[in-house]
Amino acid sequence: MNIVVLAKQVPDTHNVGADAMNADGTVNRAALPTVFNPEDLKALEMALRVKDLMNDVRVTVVTMGPPRAAEIIKDAMSRGADDGFVLSDARFAGADTLATSYAISQAVKQLGKVDLVMGGRQAIDGDTAQVGPQVAEKLELPQITYAEELVAIDDHAITIRRRLERGTEVVKAALPVLVTVTSAANDCRFPNAHRLIRQAKMEVRMTNADSINADMDRLGLKGSPTKVKRIENVVLAHKESVVLQPTDAALNDLSATLIKEHIL
Amino acid sequence: MNNVLVYCELSENNTIADISLELCTKGRQLASRLGCKLQAALLGAQVKNIAESLYPFGVDEVLMAEDRRLSPYRTMPHFEVLRRIIEEQKPQIVLFGASSVGRDLAPRIASYLRCGLTADCTSLEIGNHEDVKSGKTYENILMQIRPAFGGNIIATIVCPETRPQMATVREGVMKKEIFDASYKGAIIPVALGDYLDKADKAVEILSREIEEQKIDIKGAQVIVAGGYGMGSKENFELLHQFAHLIGGSVGATRAAVDAGFCEGERQIGQTGVTVRPKLYIACGISGAVQHRAGMEQSAKIISINTDPDAPINAIADYTIIGDAMTVIPQFMAAYKNNLK
Repeated sequence: MNIVVLAKQVPDTHNVGADAMNADGTVNRAALPTVFNPEDLKALEMALRVKDLMNDVRVTVVTMGPPRAAEIIKDAMSRGADDGFVLSDARFAGADTLATSYAISQAVKQLGKVDLVMGGRQAIDGDTAQVGPQVAEKLELPQITYAEELVAIDDHAITIRRRLERGTEVVKAALPVLVTVTSAANDCRFPNAHRLIRQAKMEVRMTNADSINADMDRLGLKGSPTKVKRIENVVLAHKESVVLQPTDAALNDLSATLIKEHIL
Repeated sequence: MNNVLVYCELSENNTIADISLELCTKGRQLASRLGCKLQAALLGAQVKNIAESLYPFGVDEVLMAEDRRLSPYRTMPHFEVLRRIIEEQKPQIVLFGASSVGRDLAPRIASYLRCGLTADCTSLEIGNHEDVKSGKTYENILMQIRPAFGGNIIATIVCPETRPQMATVREGVMKKEIFDASYKGAIIPVALGDYLDKADKAVEILSREIEEQKIDIKGAQVIVAGGYGMGSKENFELLHQFAHLIGGSVGATRAAVDAGFCEGERQIGQTGVTVRPKLYIACGISGAVQHRAGMEQSAKIISINTDPDAPINAIADYTIIGDAMTVIPQFMAAYKNNLK
């Protein structure tokens, strides 16, 4: 069985420092630490779980990004993935989710028969949750989004518990299928020390736009229907704000005012 | 005519979901501005009896697909029907809820149609766009406005060349308002074909467990919200006591939810719920734009923060400079005192 895990290296938006923005309002990516997108790690774990349960499973991790994204391929392989590569090319730059999903789906098509494609529901730098379903459509695969738990797997079908707006459902799909995994799924296992040492010296494979049989007009900025018209730095409109020191008298007056105005 | 289309979701008790009615309200405004019709796509097993409930929200045409295979929602049957509706009707704008259904369906549709899709918009407007490179002007297109990147910026996204222009919006972000209680629309049945058989086989639902909605802060009139600055789950307990005393509900920022201080249902902001209470008390919240997007329409805002320069203070009516863990007990004592 062949499993492809889609992963992304993302800026660590939980640790955004003061220098995260340039003076002109653009993002200063160089100043941001990067991480393995958390839900993609959950997807990797689900794929590795399938590998635990079945014979002859091969897990390949695919990412798109700058050469530095090779770090997450090494990370994934140290945790148990068999192979991985980075789709890296200036011609991918400026891609929105449509152009991104096109490039990724073309790369997956070059891998031959794939039984399962898995990825995080969304990346923390965009939160759009679009690339998974878009890759599924481009590969003409059914999709199971919001997966929380692998219930069962065999050579022909997968059973998944997935999140609904209010509750969960258990669904079964024939393979091949694409699955997106949420943060509620199991945490990924830790890297294995032996694998870590082995991977330290490994060269991660880089793939460019020429080797994915792509229509160049559908890549990068050119292939992106959404355009950023305007970016505004957030300037807060100052309200008449009353600043209070936390004295008993001040808080007494404030609560009296709120009660009088029927707010409390 | 290229109209505005809203994809309608059904709630578990087979009524039109609130998010879809909110989108109809916004869709009506956009359609009136553009001088076109507002259409609603309604897909389900038994929807004839609820189709008319869309009219008061200003819906001109309900494109109705009724089939047992369309309920409960599954991606492939809805995808196959909706993409055919869009190909036939050629709407200029399609709106989806940013719910687990909308976020599953909309990107698949966008991919198939090769059009743009902007997620989690906080505002939708009609405007003109001049392409700087080509010098070409696009009149009356959809301005899709959303906070981006760490909340430090507000981005306006346009899709000048591709149609339809598609966007998702979170529940509670747009207001749900009756447009005209006696407004009359029409039902247009959608003919279904053999393609549903194949779509039906893709994914089978073995079981469903619907949870009672335990926490729902959307309608709360008073909200005591805590941020990462509250420090711990234990400290959040004080917010619950405070909220209980003043008859409010507890809300939280994404950072506080991610840190495990409280349940995800309490998350307020762009990726949580949007609230408009009479009073919003922000405790240890710095005020990232994503959080403010979910609460800035509160009638009165009080910020309790040790940092006099916290961004939230700029939109607060009252700012109390101090540690929430000491200010809140003082406030509670003062409140009890005034009730006497």
